[in-house]
This record gives sequence, structure tokens and C-alpha cells, in this order.
Amino acid sequence: MNKFYHTLKTIFLLGWSIFVVFPFLWALSTSFKDANAITSGATYIPWVDFEPSTQGWTSLFTTGSQGINIVGPFIDSAVVTLIASLVSLILGTLAAYGLSRFEYRLGFVKNSDITFFFISQRIMPPIVLAIPFFLMLKELGALDTIFGLVLVYIALLLPIAVWVMTDFFSGIPKELDEMAMTDGCSPIGAFFRVILPNSVPGLVVAGMFCLIFGWNDFFFAFTLTFTETQLLPVSIVSLNSSVTPWWSLSAFALISVAPLACVAVIVERYMSRGTMSGAIR
Amino acid sequence: MLQINHLTTVDAKVSLDDVSFLFEAGKIYTILGRTGAGKTELLRALMGLNPLSHGNIKLDEKDITEEPIRARNMSLVYQQFINYPHLSVLDNVAFPLRRQGKDKAQAQALASTMLATVGLGEFLQRRPAQLSGGQQQRVALARAMVKQSRILMLDEPLANLDYKLREQLREEFPRLVADNAESVILYTTTEPREAMELGNTMIVMHNGSIIASGAPAELFANPPTKDTASVISDPPISFVSGFVRNHELYFSEGHLAPSEGLVLPEDGPVTIALRPDAIEPDGVFNAKIGLSEFSGSQTIIHLDFDFGRAIMMVEGIETFAAGDDINVSIQSEHIMLFAPDGRNITLRNN
Repeated sequence: MNKFYHTLKTIFLLGWSIFVVFPFLWALSTSFKDANAITSGATYIPWVDFEPSTQGWTSLFTTGSQGINIVGPFIDSAVVTLIASLVSLILGTLAAYGLSRFEYRLGFVKNSDITFFFISQRIMPPIVLAIPFFLMLKELGALDTIFGLVLVYIALLLPIAVWVMTDFFSGIPKELDEMAMTDGCSPIGAFFRVILPNSVPGLVVAGMFCLIFGWNDFFFAFTLTFTETQLLPVSIVSLNSSVTPWWSLSAFALISVAPLACVAVIVERYMSRGTMSGAIR
Repeated sequence: MLQINHLTTVDAKVSLDDVSFLFEAGKIYTILGRTGAGKTELLRALMGLNPLSHGNIKLDEKDITEEPIRARNMSLVYQQFINYPHLSVLDNVAFPLRRQGKDKAQAQALASTMLATVGLGEFLQRRPAQLSGGQQQRVALARAMVKQSRILMLDEPLANLDYKLREQLREEFPRLVADNAESVILYTTTEPREAMELGNTMIVMHNGSIIASGAPAELFANPPTKDTASVISDPPISFVSGFVRNHELYFSEGHLAPSEGLVLPEDGPVTIALRPDAIEPDGVFNAKIGLSEFSGSQTIIHLDFDFGRAIMMVEGIETFAAGDDINVSIQSEHIMLFAPDGRNITLRNN
């Protein structure tokens, strides 16, 4: 029975892995094709099914009619996403700690209302926020700038950080803070010396969410920029012409996914480690 | 010397109600009470973790009521074994010393010595999660003691340990806290035996108030109130509503109670308290056996009399079938009498 279950599990996981990995393999294969290989039916293996070409990759680093240079958009995307994620994570973590440890009350507004206020920012459809953001950035003179996008992305990513970290801090026993204070820490010292070092898995999850949402956003990157600043998801659109260059699009997609995939692999071990064991029994 | 005056809290789980006491340095005070009696709340109020609505705390004549937690010169060991999971055992114990401003080498040297005292000298580099429950609690104890605080508070520190480990740590406790001989040690527990064994002075709490205090043996022999007798008795003491009429003690109408050696009060209602050792097999009182349970080397039998319920304890493992009748005797020297308002009114001829 155990062996049967094990075999069934292996088959299921193998099938699921193929389902997940196949689009990437397909994109990788397509990125080395040219127009002929694309239009001559389904082909999979280079040198066997089709003659590989690097046109898809080189077109992403040349300007003019042959392609677009994605180095600029890549750097812009990285700068905007990293700064916005970092600021959101710092502010979100501090806000979440406050919400999980202290009681706030202003009239009828309590902690749960403040938490909901943060989350409600993500409930609204992006189109509702687009016009106010556009007008505010215009007033600030920050339209079509990295600074403007960073501001908007902080507003978008902060709720995610607050949400994830509030939930995480709620799982850390308050007695740990109290113990740190009885051991000589101030409330802020207890946070930095004890709670934060034990919050690495939460920070990693919140950070990953911020990076994913920030890196993949198309809507605000599209509506709040024109010509000076262009982020990666927007520049991919400019690849489209009368003939869709599937080889370039595939290469572009792989380049877009690569940074997040690398980060995920690096931080995975922190996400799965339960650091709170041994804190309280 | 720690003095608490009229401590009152309203926001805690159990509110403290006008608690005052004077604790002397170098003594171990065991605070005994049932769950919800206010023991933990008292320690938390002293530590500054629960806000006071009234009262003050003085340490060596200095009012520390408004002092921040970190400046109170107190240590607390929780019932749950709380340690810092991200630090090694050594760094856990060195943590408060580092906060006191000691350099790393000095803090670790002191921590190492303290860990050797509590028997964890071999586990310095382990994480708390890699230790057993008893070892984790020793780490917490070492961290609290290494600070050499004026007040060392232990909130049911053995409650989450298994029986054997609890016995072992209880035996070791006086040696473990010997380094803190100049401190006031407050030790809360729900177990009367533990409270009597460990404390120089026993404080009994009930419903957020201190209802009795004194030497453990004296309190056990002469509990001032019915509530105190109830809290400090294990196995539980039994209370039967009776009365005194014409210089005779009755459990109920037609059921005369033994009263040799007792000075009975004026006619009127009394509560008759029967310690488990007041009832012995063979005698004139008939009862039905309700439940029989073993406790170590003793057997505890729940009896249903015509006049009420009581518990009998006999040495050794005896088998009694539920529902059977049994005749027992009741020894008047183990009877206590309480007035309707709960005061102990037991007086004996000698």
C-alpha cells in the first residue's frame, strides 16, 4: 500500500513538474528559433528539429528596426522594484509590529480597521487608482520619472508588506518581547534584537511578494510613463509589430523571469525554516 | 526589601484587588493559588507588564511603580519555557548581561559558569530547540539568575515538565537559587506540596487577593479561612454543612459528628472540614464509594455519605469498587470548623 502510494505520488509530482516546467522549456526552445522554424509546425529540439538562431536574443540588445535595447528598461525596473520593495518592507514591518503589539484607538477606528485600511488599497481595481496617481504625480512633476514610479509602487506594495508581516508577528508570542524587556531591552531594542532576527521567514515572504508584484506590474508602469522612463513589462509591448517576433518575446520573457527565479532559489531555505521553534513551549 | 501597597489592576485577565505585602531579602516566598487566583498577574504587575490602576511598588524604599521594565532590577521565569530561538544557549544566558553593559567575553564567561551550575555546561553552543523541555527551562532559569537581580520571580516554572523532571528540579531548586541568596524570590505554584516544600513563607491567593500568609506548616495546621484551607489542601479537603446544637456537633439532622477534644461554638450553623486523613476504614459512618483513584503510594476514595460528600485517603494501593458500601470512622482531631462567614473557629481543649 505504501509503495503504491509512493508511486502514485511520484507520478503525480512528475506530471505536475512537467506541466510547470514545460512553458519555460518551450520559451527557451522558441527563443532560439527564427521565423521559418516558428511557422513550420511544432518543433522542439535544436539541431534536430530546427537550426538554432540567436536572433531572438541579439534583437534585445540592439536598437533600431532590428529590435529594442532592454538594458535601460531592465535597470529602470530593477531600481524601481528594489527601492519600492525595500522601503515598503521597512515601513510595512514597522507598521505591522505596531499593529500586532500595541492597541490603537481613535474614535471608532481600531487596529483591525487600520489593517483593513492597508489591505483595502489592494482591493480597489488599479484603474480606480490610476487617475488620482496620475494627477498627483503631475502636481509633483514626477510623471514619467523613476521617482514617481517608486512613490506609486510603495503605495501599492506597502499593504502587502503590512498584511504579511502583521500575520507573521501575530504568530510570535508577545512573551518573547516581554522577556527581552525584562532582560534589559527597551521596546524598540526588543524589536530589533529579538523579534526582527526571528522574523526572517516573514521578511523573506513579504519581500518576495513585493518584488514579484513590483517587477511584474504593467498597468501603472504603462499609464504613468511616456518616453523618458520605461519599465520592462512595458518595453515588451513595443516588440509587437505587424509580425509578432515570438523568438524575441520568448527571450524577453526568460530574461524577465530570471531575476525573480534567482532570488526565489536563494531565499527558499529561509522561507521553509521554522525559526520560532524553541521560543516558547 | 520589596514593598507592595494596595496593588490593583483592572485590565489584566484576573484583576488584582488591593494587594499589599512586605517581602524581605534572602527569603523564598511561594505564592499558592488555583488557576485564575491572580498569581501571574501579581508577578506581571511587579514587573511592570500589567498596568496598575492603583497602588505602588517600593524596592528598598525607592518607588519603582513608574520605572520602565528594563530598569526594575527584576527577573522573571515564565511557566512556558521562553528562550531566544535565534541565539545559542550560551548567548541566551549572556543576553541580559550584554544589556547590562558587560563586554562579550565577560558576559559569556559568567553565562558559562551559570550554565554549568544548572547542569548545562555541555550544551553551550546548542540552540534552545535542540534541548529537552527540562533543559530549556534550565536555560530560562539560568538567564533569570545570571543577572543577580534584587527580585527573582518564577511563575510556575515546573508546571510544564513531566512528573520525574518536576521532582528532580524541585529537589535541585534550593541549590540552583543559592547564588541569589540576597534576592527576594517569588515562586508561584498551584501545588500545595511544592509551595510548602520550597517556601520560607507561603502566600495564599484567591480571586486576586492575598487571603493568607505565613510559615507553610503553621498555615497548613491552622488555615485562617475556609478558602485558605481549600487552596492549601491536596488531596482536597471536604466541607460539610453542619450545625451545633446543645453542645453537640451534627453533620445533619440525626447524624452526630465526632467532637472529642473540640471546643464547640454557640449553637448555630458551621462548616465542618474533613481532611482526607480524618476518615479511616472501619467505623460507624456508612457511605457509598463514588470513585477510587491511586495517587503515588496512596489510594483516594470519594465517599457519598447521607450528609454530604467527603474524600478518604488510605496508605497503599487498595481496591474499592464504585457503588459498594463502606463503614468508616471520622477522627475529630483532623476536623476543623468554620463559621458561616468562612473564618476558622476551630478550638481544641488542649
